[in-house]
Amino acid sequence: MRWIVFLARKLARLIVLLAAVSVIAFTLVSLSPIDPIDAYIGADMLSIGLEQRAQIAARWGLDQPAPVRFLNWLEQLAQGNLGFSRVYNQPVSQAIGYRFATSLALMGVAWTVSGLLGFMLGVVAGAAEGSWFDQAIRLYAYTLASTPLFWMGLLLLTVFAVWLKMAPFCCAAPVGMLPEDVTLWQRLQHLALPAATLSIIGIANMALHTRQKMLDVMHSDYVLMARAMGESPWGVIRQHALRNVALPAVTLQFASLGELFGGAVLAEQVFSYPGLGQATILAGLQGDVPLLLGIVLFSTVFVFSGNTLADLIYQIVDPRIRLAEG
Amino acid sequence: MLSVRHLSISFTMYDVGLRRKDLMVISDLSLSIEAGEIAAVVGASGSGKSLLAHAVLGILPRNATARGELMFKNEPLTPTRQAALRGREIALIPQSVSFLDPLMRVGAQARRAAQLGGHGSAAAEAQRRAFARYGLASAVERLYPFQVSGGMARRVLTALATVGRADLIIADEPTPGLHPAAVAETLGHLRELADQGRAVMLITHDLEAALEVADKIAVFYAGNTVEVANRADFTSRGAAGLRHPYTRALLCALPQNEFVAVPGAQPPADALPPGCLYAPRCQWATAECRAARPTLRPLTNGYVRCVHAEVLVGRPACNYPSTTRSHTQVSRC
Amino acid sequence: MELTDSLSTPAAINQPVAHGRVRRAPLISRRSQALLTIVLCLILIAAVLAGAWLIGDAGLKTSLGERNLAPHWQHPFGTDWLGRDMLTRTLHGLTLSMRLGLAAAAVSALIAAVLGTLSATFGGKVDLVITWTIDLFYSLPHLVVMILIAFVVGGGVNGVMVSLVLTHWAGLARVIRAEVLQVRQSDYVQLSLRMGRTPWWIAHHHLPSHVLPQFLVGLILLFPHAILHEAGLSFIGIGLSPNTPAIGIILAESMRYLSAGYWWLAVMPGLALLTMVKLFDILGGQVRDLIDPRTAQE
Repeated sequence: MRWIVFLARKLARLIVLLAAVSVIAFTLVSLSPIDPIDAYIGADMLSIGLEQRAQIAARWGLDQPAPVRFLNWLEQLAQGNLGFSRVYNQPVSQAIGYRFATSLALMGVAWTVSGLLGFMLGVVAGAAEGSWFDQAIRLYAYTLASTPLFWMGLLLLTVFAVWLKMAPFCCAAPVGMLPEDVTLWQRLQHLALPAATLSIIGIANMALHTRQKMLDVMHSDYVLMARAMGESPWGVIRQHALRNVALPAVTLQFASLGELFGGAVLAEQVFSYPGLGQATILAGLQGDVPLLLGIVLFSTVFVFSGNTLADLIYQIVDPRIRLAEG
Repeated sequence: MLSVRHLSISFTMYDVGLRRKDLMVISDLSLSIEAGEIAAVVGASGSGKSLLAHAVLGILPRNATARGELMFKNEPLTPTRQAALRGREIALIPQSVSFLDPLMRVGAQARRAAQLGGHGSAAAEAQRRAFARYGLASAVERLYPFQVSGGMARRVLTALATVGRADLIIADEPTPGLHPAAVAETLGHLRELADQGRAVMLITHDLEAALEVADKIAVFYAGNTVEVANRADFTSRGAAGLRHPYTRALLCALPQNEFVAVPGAQPPADALPPGCLYAPRCQWATAECRAARPTLRPLTNGYVRCVHAEVLVGRPACNYPSTTRSHTQVSRC
Repeated sequence: MELTDSLSTPAAINQPVAHGRVRRAPLISRRSQALLTIVLCLILIAAVLAGAWLIGDAGLKTSLGERNLAPHWQHPFGTDWLGRDMLTRTLHGLTLSMRLGLAAAAVSALIAAVLGTLSATFGGKVDLVITWTIDLFYSLPHLVVMILIAFVVGGGVNGVMVSLVLTHWAGLARVIRAEVLQVRQSDYVQLSLRMGRTPWWIAHHHLPSHVLPQFLVGLILLFPHAILHEAGLSFIGIGLSPNTPAIGIILAESMRYLSAGYWWLAVMPGLALLTMVKLFDILGGQVRDLIDPRTAQE
């Protein structure tokens, strides 16, 4: 029963959030020096007849005042119609869907790798406080935390694609090939460098946070007690530290989806990887309003889901919250 | 069973400017405990008494330096030996449930303690027995630390320490915040353990609690042992057997006695007087006291660190001293 | 703790032996270390700014005879495809990024301070609205929103500035709100109120000492974020015009020449940016260590 209430409350929040975001985004766009008709229809479509143009204009209410346009837009949204993307020449929902799938592969790999490796490094660094290993990890993490992601991408590109010729130079698949013909191995090859870029920086953040939490745990009273009971250092880690560090670490991973998305935008730009990130940039540069609005809404849902999952995990796993009414 | 001699523990800390200082929190502590005996270490809150427990167990923090001599069962207590004996022959009853893993059920933690205590595969059985011994229902096993409090928490912590077969039990502040019935129960458990042939070190700031069960009381002041007395010295007529001015003042300060506090406060660890540490507050202090720090010496079946002890012994400590706990008071030092 | 046995000599008893790893004392205290680091950082930052000014615009002129030279004595960062000196371009780019980043961070911090204080002081509906807005910003991915805002404002410097300002205030606002709330609910403020002091007097007297440290640290730590995000936006192409030597743009342009092997076009400016950001990070961290009353005593 509690879970239903929890989920219902989260859903309500999401709706309110989306409403606010759409209002703000829409207002911003209508305030911009861009002609909505041009934006929605675009110069490319000058070829269509005037009546059709008028039809489209009428459907989207493009010649109406902003609030009316907004309501029309919402109406279309409710029907699942996000508009037509000028940049990709397909419905926005389709464009987002396809590009998100591509980005998902990239982000998924980077998220998993940075989560696992970052956690392990953080645990080891925290457990071996003061050792050369800890110092090395700290140096690595602190340096990378200030490193521009796109520059790291350029570095990797230079080293692995140009010098060592070990990885492809760009894109998600060999240029010119039909999507059906691209093998999984080829996809992975093209995925490797951008994923590595995202991961390397992601690992740094995760390692730093995990290390800090690990230090807190290792200096806690219950770890002292565990040692007093006769636990060996490894025993302390296995029996107590891991469990207590895993919870905050996992929630952090889920809450970092926003960062991940931002990083993907940059990484995709460096490697010309045709994902949602690149779509955002194109939409922004070319003034593709429906696509941009669609992406804003979509990413809001995405990040919100991440935060909600983080919250959920805490509720489920931490007995102090789960059994609070007991 | 346990012999502590001239133990001193200092911490390396950083001071303002360019200085690094060594804070001596315990200096020259000596104590011995035999099997079947409860020895209490009584001192003000925060005077570093827990460090004694950690030193015996070998789990002092990294920036602590310990000097002195520790003997357990007549063999030196080296770090290697400490690591081997922790949880097996020497066990700790911690201050509160914050010393338990918050994400692990208490039963599981007790089982782990049993495993480490040498029960191996019979750990579950040992845990159940220990819980039963302290009147904890089997449902308690599945509780988390945050769900146990007060008297039940005390019993869980005691069970945890005794699930093994430890010969030396160190109870660190077992009575803060408990109501009198729970205090009596806790102390009773300690007495039981001693009667079974174990040695118990009771670290507390609560003099009355100590007097209820301890056989021997080491009084701790500003990092020093100032007196090691027996219970009889406290309960005897007028408490005349007490040797050190501080001990006497402590007893007299209890609410059921004169309830008079001695003016002044313990000197902080970084500003210790050169001579006797108690001299600034002592009514019998002389120049001799302030010149050099007295050594702990035997006197009438106990020990004292005071130049004037011979003069004091035999005199009543205060008017109609009583060691029984009054109904309304909460212990304080 | 090492143990001497009962037959040992008194001298031996007093041998200090460390338990585990004893922290070796540094030659100078933490506090002096922090001060030194802060001064060093400020000097280096000033050096970059001065360097850009000193080196002048000479290196920015195209010099077709010196195209695409790898780093060497005359051109420590090499030259680009137009023969321009990369060191000059980098220094100018850094200065530009810094100015933009600092300006944006300052305005952002100001907004954060105002909103945070208002939120905590007035409570009730005002607090609700502001907190809700903060949460809203936390649910949006920064870069996407920045692209949107930059697009809406029409790109260029304004676009970058506005988008930077609007996306970086939330974190600091939360912190300041918490601080002000803490002060407001503290005992001594309650006492002051009861003794008849007006809220203005209290705010005047008690708030600054509490809020200022957090504000200062937050402000300094905002710089690296703002600088990095500005570089990111420029890199993407939404922001400054391609002719301005901003680091992001320099890096974006360098992409075209990577396959030709002109690595210094990307590595050197990026390294410089990284160093710059790191300096601010360290600066912020050290200032926090010094000012934060909780850690200042260590």
